[in-house]
Amino acid sequence: MIDIIISNTSDKPIYQQLFEQISSQIIKGELKGNVGLPPIRTAAKELRISIITVKKAWEDLERHGFIYTIVGKGCFVAELSDEELINKRNEMISSNMERDIKYYKEIGLSREEMIALVNKQF
Amino acid sequence: MSALTVKGLNKKYEKFELKDVTFHLDEGYIMGFIGSNGAGKTTTLKAILNMIQINGGEVHVFGQDFSQNEMILKQDIGYMLGGVDFYIKKKIKTITDVVKRFYTNWDDDVYNSYKERFNLDEDKKISELSDGMKVKYSLTLALSHNAKLFILDEPTSGLDPVARDNLLELFQELVEDGKRSILFSTHITSDLEKCADYITYINNGEIIESSTKEDLINSYRIVKGSLKSLQEIKEPFISYKTNAFGFSGLIRTDDLKTHEDISVEAPNLEDIMIYYAKRENKDD
Repeated sequence: MIDIIISNTSDKPIYQQLFEQISSQIIKGELKGNVGLPPIRTAAKELRISIITVKKAWEDLERHGFIYTIVGKGCFVAELSDEELINKRNEMISSNMERDIKYYKEIGLSREEMIALVNKQF
Repeated sequence: MSALTVKGLNKKYEKFELKDVTFHLDEGYIMGFIGSNGAGKTTTLKAILNMIQINGGEVHVFGQDFSQNEMILKQDIGYMLGGVDFYIKKKIKTITDVVKRFYTNWDDDVYNSYKERFNLDEDKKISELSDGMKVKYSLTLALSHNAKLFILDEPTSGLDPVARDNLLELFQELVEDGKRSILFSTHITSDLEKCADYITYINNGEIIESSTKEDLINSYRIVKGSLKSLQEIKEPFISYKTNAFGFSGLIRTDDLKTHEDISVEAPNLEDIMIYYAKRENKDD
């Protein structure tokens, strides 16, 4: 079963929460290839969110190659090799990192200072 | 397939009119119909159901012209417009016996299950019911004849938070199989934040927007900043408010250009309603 926790007070849109939680479970290998996702309408009812929100999250997951659809049967987790999983993980991280690094540069942090801070925080 | 299509509905009263009300609801979805008191929600729903004479426009239900096929199509529509307030000295049991005869697909099992779910006592008279119970009884009648389209006016009004939450959960159960559709009006926007797929927003007899909830929210932004930065913003606000410390206003996302020193955030449904209402007052 997939663990999903929706926060109604988070700044993140609900479809993004869904996307992030499911994609990270796939990347970590907790959700294995070919496992079926619940039908969109069932997921919406269970999570008490709108059908269109779930649809949007599922579409995003498919566009990023995390899941695939078989017409009439539903959505399934894509079978990804270890290498593909690592690539996907790096893809996801790099967009966040870009944003963070831009911020560090803005406040005048050098590369060395940043790495030192990361080492300390990690 | 379209469950409900409303095209160019017009209705003129002396002091109020519906102006070209147009929207449609796809099969299998929940649409919230929002607007402030007197915006025309109930009038629109009554016009859709041919309960008031319209001055123009068309309504199609499951692709069929409603005015031509009213008797047949009403079998497939479960509607409630307020609580039951007729024959108030009669018992629920008696009224149900009358209502069920109008529907060929009336299902006693379904009726009994809702009766239990809503804790309805059939031996009570209408006059003995609380407002919330009247709403629940009215809903039970709407739900018991295997309708495919539900048109509900303020179904959550008079219900306590727990009953309201249960009802919204029921709505989601109803649309799960993708064959039933729900149009319901409310002014409690938190009812819609969760379960509604589409929102139709009416203001002063005119439809402002009819789209998915996400698109509606995304097409507006709340802008906040200092009074000084307000002077520099030339874009058209829907309306804005000022106080001693700054301003906040609603703007269409498309109209928004970046400015320094302002904060931009997504509105909720209530924000959109409040700023539109403020615009109306400004015009007066």
